[in-house]
Amino acid sequence: MPALLEARGLHAGYGQTKVLHGIDFAVEQGGVTALLGANGAGKTTTLRAVCGLIRAQGEIRLGTDRIDRLAAEEIVRRGVGHVPDGRGTFLELTVEENLRLGAYTRKDRAAVAADVERIFGYFPVLRQRLRQQAGTLSGGEQQMLAIARALLVKPRLLLLDEPSFGLAPLIVQGIFAILRRINVEEGVSILVVEQNASLALDIADHAYLLETGHIVMAGGAAEIRRDESVRRSYLGY
Amino acid sequence: MMIGLAHQITSGIANGSIYAAVALALVMIYQSTHHLNFAQGEMATLSTYICLTLIDAGLPYWGAFAIAVAASFVMGLLTERILMRPMLNAPPLSAVGVFIGLLLLINAFDGWVWDYVIKPFPSPFGGSNAVLGGFVSPHELGETAVTLVMLVAIYLFFRHTTLGLAMRAAAYNPVSSRLCGVRVNRMLGLGWGLAAAIGAIAGIMVAPIVFLDPNMMGGILLYAFAGALLGGIDNALGAVIGGFTVGVVENLFGAYVVGTELKLTVALIIIVAVLLVKPAGLLGRTVQTRV
Amino acid sequence: MHRDSMIPPTTEDGRVTARQMAVISVGMVVMVGLAFVASPYHLFQLTMLVAYACAVLGLTILTGINGQISLGHGAFFAIGSYTSAILMANYGWPYWATIPPAAVASALVGFLIGFPALRLGGLYLALTTFSLAVAVPQILKVNALEGLTGGVQGLTTDKPDTPFGLPLSSDQWIYLFTLAIGAVVFLLGWNLARGRTGRAMMAVRDHPVAAEAMGINLAALKTRTFAVSAMFTGIAGALSTIAVQFVAPDSFNFLLSITIFVGLVVGGVDSIIGALFGGAFIELVPNIANDISKAAPGAIYGLILIGFMFLMPRGVAGALAGLGHRITGWRPLAEAAPVAVNVAPAPDSAAARSAQRR
Repeated sequence: MPALLEARGLHAGYGQTKVLHGIDFAVEQGGVTALLGANGAGKTTTLRAVCGLIRAQGEIRLGTDRIDRLAAEEIVRRGVGHVPDGRGTFLELTVEENLRLGAYTRKDRAAVAADVERIFGYFPVLRQRLRQQAGTLSGGEQQMLAIARALLVKPRLLLLDEPSFGLAPLIVQGIFAILRRINVEEGVSILVVEQNASLALDIADHAYLLETGHIVMAGGAAEIRRDESVRRSYLGY
Repeated sequence: MMIGLAHQITSGIANGSIYAAVALALVMIYQSTHHLNFAQGEMATLSTYICLTLIDAGLPYWGAFAIAVAASFVMGLLTERILMRPMLNAPPLSAVGVFIGLLLLINAFDGWVWDYVIKPFPSPFGGSNAVLGGFVSPHELGETAVTLVMLVAIYLFFRHTTLGLAMRAAAYNPVSSRLCGVRVNRMLGLGWGLAAAIGAIAGIMVAPIVFLDPNMMGGILLYAFAGALLGGIDNALGAVIGGFTVGVVENLFGAYVVGTELKLTVALIIIVAVLLVKPAGLLGRTVQTRV
Repeated sequence: MHRDSMIPPTTEDGRVTARQMAVISVGMVVMVGLAFVASPYHLFQLTMLVAYACAVLGLTILTGINGQISLGHGAFFAIGSYTSAILMANYGWPYWATIPPAAVASALVGFLIGFPALRLGGLYLALTTFSLAVAVPQILKVNALEGLTGGVQGLTTDKPDTPFGLPLSSDQWIYLFTLAIGAVVFLLGWNLARGRTGRAMMAVRDHPVAAEAMGINLAALKTRTFAVSAMFTGIAGALSTIAVQFVAPDSFNFLLSITIFVGLVVGGVDSIIGALFGGAFIELVPNIANDISKAAPGAIYGLILIGFMFLMPRGVAGALAGLGHRITGWRPLAEAAPVAVNVAPAPDSAAARSAQRR
């Protein structure tokens, strides 16, 4: 399967602090890839580099185009939806306005309306809270809203940064189940960054392990899951 | 006595509409950049001069009005692009310096081109001299109406159009906005253009009352700041309410308490009082206080 | 550059070297010597230069070293001026005796303003002092105080006579007197800046939370800085009254506060010696500019402010620092440790550009 997203020799950092030291990874077309690692490993930095929020050295390709020199708002228009860490919800705006912003770049109103309906199918609670101010939603609901917002971009690639963070296990399971559905039913490729390795490996086809800015392990999700050192350090048994 | 009071109040509302408009412009800039545009008044004065020049050249009033407002929109766009964008992440002192510098530059330009002589400015509503019902002039009535129409239009624009939504989003959360494909820098420019246009309308509306000279907007800017702070420097509706409030309070205080000679001090007192008692203003979010 | 720090965080070194002493001595000798060679008009200009330098020094302490932005220092200049004028014109006080009351009065008001200023971040303080500057002329013209202030017409005072029968003209004496007071003010300011208090002020400017954690009482320090700053500018006002022998409300308008601010920027926001350059600028440039046209001073100030903010944020003193270092031995203190740039800067922002360069 050809890769939808490919990164080569990615270096990135903040100011004088280097975080990523030349990493390579890929996301298969239609697949789910997990990026695992502990706090500070550089996972969020990786996602930010991919979607253009920070400048990075190296090569990033989306399909056949290079995107590493583009601004974030242009990368979005190429079909990348990013659910950032902390959800990035527009707290002052209503749920409806949040969703409208997700669809900002799209002209096809009928298709947007259909997408919104489908999203309400995944996350019925959003329909109930449509006119509510987004800041009043619970953590889980805001996560759903963030995913919905990113989906309305009609992305080929969905980036998720720690979707489980701060959420109750039951809610998280529900969200990950929906992510799997989105991947299968809509063919959206997913790159998910997670500290919770078990969760991520459950839905992933491939996985990478990031430690202090280096990829130390790469492979199929199943084999990563079976690996002795990964089990000890990241899966807890 | 009652007619006097009624006149003070309606006059206060008329003045307040001007302060509300300028306060709105200030808040729009503050929301998107977290900077205070000290040059807002001067930009409005410049647009007013342009309008006067067009009128003197023979254009009908509303034609000159439209062109001057459009010109100020462009000026706002250019100012953002050239002066403000590099200052986005600069320390407060740099931004303050640039805004004050802009204030001085525009003020000097006005004086150089149009002279420091105080000029009368025509009113499309029949002037400030005639008085309706004993307590409000046709111009005060007309200018309040124009300003209210403008404010309502702005409200509708931001609430109900996609572009307005994008501009609000860009001000609240630029990072998330970019992740939705919003071109934040462009929104910033539009915001500046719109703020400049609002200021221009305020300037053109107030000029017949206070007469036009390079320093016309000095006191008005102060009242607008007071109104914006009173309502909440990060809240547009608050700014408008604050502006109207300051207008009425200023008039009542000036008439019955401190005398007209100290009216500017009223603005100063309001500013200090708000910052001491409730820095967030009536409707604003809590502001971080730095010790 | 950390978003919250007020200004580029470098200042002059605190310790006095033999070379610095030599330079200061030479400088003083030259300044005194000028008294004997300059024409009366130039003497007046030099006198005002020293006075304005003191005014700018007040702002240097407050804004440059302690990071509190004031756009209203003209108010303190006015307080000092009017205190001196009122005492001389209404109560017959000798000119030299009016300096302490002027200092005390401005320090007091500065302290009082320092309190609400505590709660205000940079921008709001700028706004409040801006409003103060705009309101000052109105306050001075108030009818109720007309008996004291002379209302719109203001007050005139007598020109000081040369004391002790010294072989100096009035102008020379006034200049030397002003120079002496100015020297004292600058010495105080310099000591303050290079001592522990100065370092505390800078710490509060750059890292207020850390400073507080280290035991610095922020409230006390900031209000006292305001008081000292106001005092210096107030003394400057008194000196100017003595030299000009006339005060009127419209001389103390918004433009005065801006002028002092521009002097600060030109000289170098956080530089003591920059205040001298600032004073020179204030005395010399507006006069020349006014000859060109009424609009010229404003235009020049505007261009300078914008230009300096973009190109020369450390002012003349900063630009000369490299050159001056060889002559005077002044070295900038080590730069504050670079702080990580904003996590997600806009692509074409300065921060992102500098992050790219690294």
